[in-house]
Amino acid sequence: MNLFADALTWLGDPSHWSGRTGIAQRAAQHLGVTAGALAIAATLALPTGILVGHTRRGRSLVVAISGAARAVPTLGLLTLAALALGIGLQAPVLALVVLAVPSLLAGAYAGVESVDPVTVDAARAVGMSEFQIITRVELPLAAPVVVGGLRAATLQVVATATLAAYVSDTGLGRYLFTGLRSRDYPQMLAGALLVAALALLLEAVLARLQQLATRATTSTPRHGAPARLAASLEGHA
Amino acid sequence: MKLRTRTALTAATITTALALTGCASSDPLAQEDAASQSASSEIVIGSQDYYSNEIIAEIYAQALEAQGHAVDRQFRIGQREAYLPELEDGSIDLFPEYSGPLLQYWQPETPARLADDVYAELVTAIPDGLRALDQSPATDQDSYVVTRAFADQWNLATIADLAKVTEPLTLGGNSEGENRPNGPQGLKNAYGVDVAFSPIEDGGGPLTVKALADGDIQLAIIYTADPTIAENDLVTLEDPSGLFLASHVVPLASDAVDQEAADTIDRISAAMAPEDLVALNARSVDEQAPAATIAAEWLRAKNLMS
Repeated sequence: MNLFADALTWLGDPSHWSGRTGIAQRAAQHLGVTAGALAIAATLALPTGILVGHTRRGRSLVVAISGAARAVPTLGLLTLAALALGIGLQAPVLALVVLAVPSLLAGAYAGVESVDPVTVDAARAVGMSEFQIITRVELPLAAPVVVGGLRAATLQVVATATLAAYVSDTGLGRYLFTGLRSRDYPQMLAGALLVAALALLLEAVLARLQQLATRATTSTPRHGAPARLAASLEGHA
Repeated sequence: MKLRTRTALTAATITTALALTGCASSDPLAQEDAASQSASSEIVIGSQDYYSNEIIAEIYAQALEAQGHAVDRQFRIGQREAYLPELEDGSIDLFPEYSGPLLQYWQPETPARLADDVYAELVTAIPDGLRALDQSPATDQDSYVVTRAFADQWNLATIADLAKVTEPLTLGGNSEGENRPNGPQGLKNAYGVDVAFSPIEDGGGPLTVKALADGDIQLAIIYTADPTIAENDLVTLEDPSGLFLASHVVPLASDAVDQEAADTIDRISAAMAPEDLVALNARSVDEQAPAATIAAEWLRAKNLMS
């Protein structure tokens, strides 16, 4: 309990908040690394997942790959990558991308795949192209699940981005490593609390986003073709 | 509290295991004989949870056994905070230590940095019931290293020579190094050299060596006894101002270690050159050879098994 109080005191010290090694700067770096890794992972995983979900082909391959990727220990991968790429941000970002891909991929293909085939056939019947089916029918209906995948990936990445400090002067992980090695446990706990706070903040934002996406697909909207199409078809099915 | 319980449990387990192996490997009569003999002269030897320290402890153990002493090995105990109280209360009799860090345990504010000053201070700082035997020339301390190419390019031999380098310098090391006395600030105070800092959390391991080779960092902090230095053709910069605390191998002994045993240990310390310690460590790292084998072969090679 004393340690906890010390950590709060550490957090309360204004001198720890400003400057090049201050909390504000470190938190911004942390978010930057998280966003960067998620953006790269999403660029890779979302199109692949959507394609797999839409064509219903290659599902077992994707499941196998993402299952294997989930089993990779991030610190081990980071060390290996850093041995090849050198110190700096490349290796941590690569490791975080590998961490984020499985959740994003699973969210994308599971979401698209779960769209009722009758709805998709109906869309095809009214003359939509495959691209239109994906963008106007499947994606809007899959949105809650896709955002769910993003939410899981974000939580993992923001918590693991502490490892960026393993080989670079970046992020909130610096407080953890410095505190651990110099037995400055209040600093270490303060770093952990900051990471937890950041994770909760992102979680709240994404939960809200997921809620909005769910509402858009389930309630009867006044406008929006796909939902209306889905809703009207539900009666016929 | 938890740690202490675990240490006690481990100690109990080891003791039981030793007792059991003792029963199994020798006939009961001989056992009794040995036990009654050793009651007065059994020497408990401890070691840190650090492979290099364990090898030194094993060397002590085998040399004393060869002399007819009964030895109880309590190896891989852990941090100084865990085992020094056991030495102070007489549960452990002999422990390979390192002069500077040991002195700092009792005198955190000590200004002594160079080997002889540290040893002189240490002798007076040690509490009653314990004593430091002779310190060995072998050291295991932090040092600044550079690549051979970089040392040749700027003609570097000592840390002070870094002042000649006109390019920006970056020091790589564990993150706590940034604020330690031997970090950038200490380097500036002691030698007037400005360096930037880049954290690499592998304690002078392969990532640090890679960063040196890539030129991402020019300076790294690596233990002098680390085989990495020779393997990667790195150059250790001399430290005439004593920026790094001297850390010579020094045996810490209780009164249970008699003069004869102490003489044996002193002979070992004198025979152990800095290169010897590096070579011992290299055998452990490269060949994964067990401490007992490494110790026995070194003792034989140095003709210390009498």
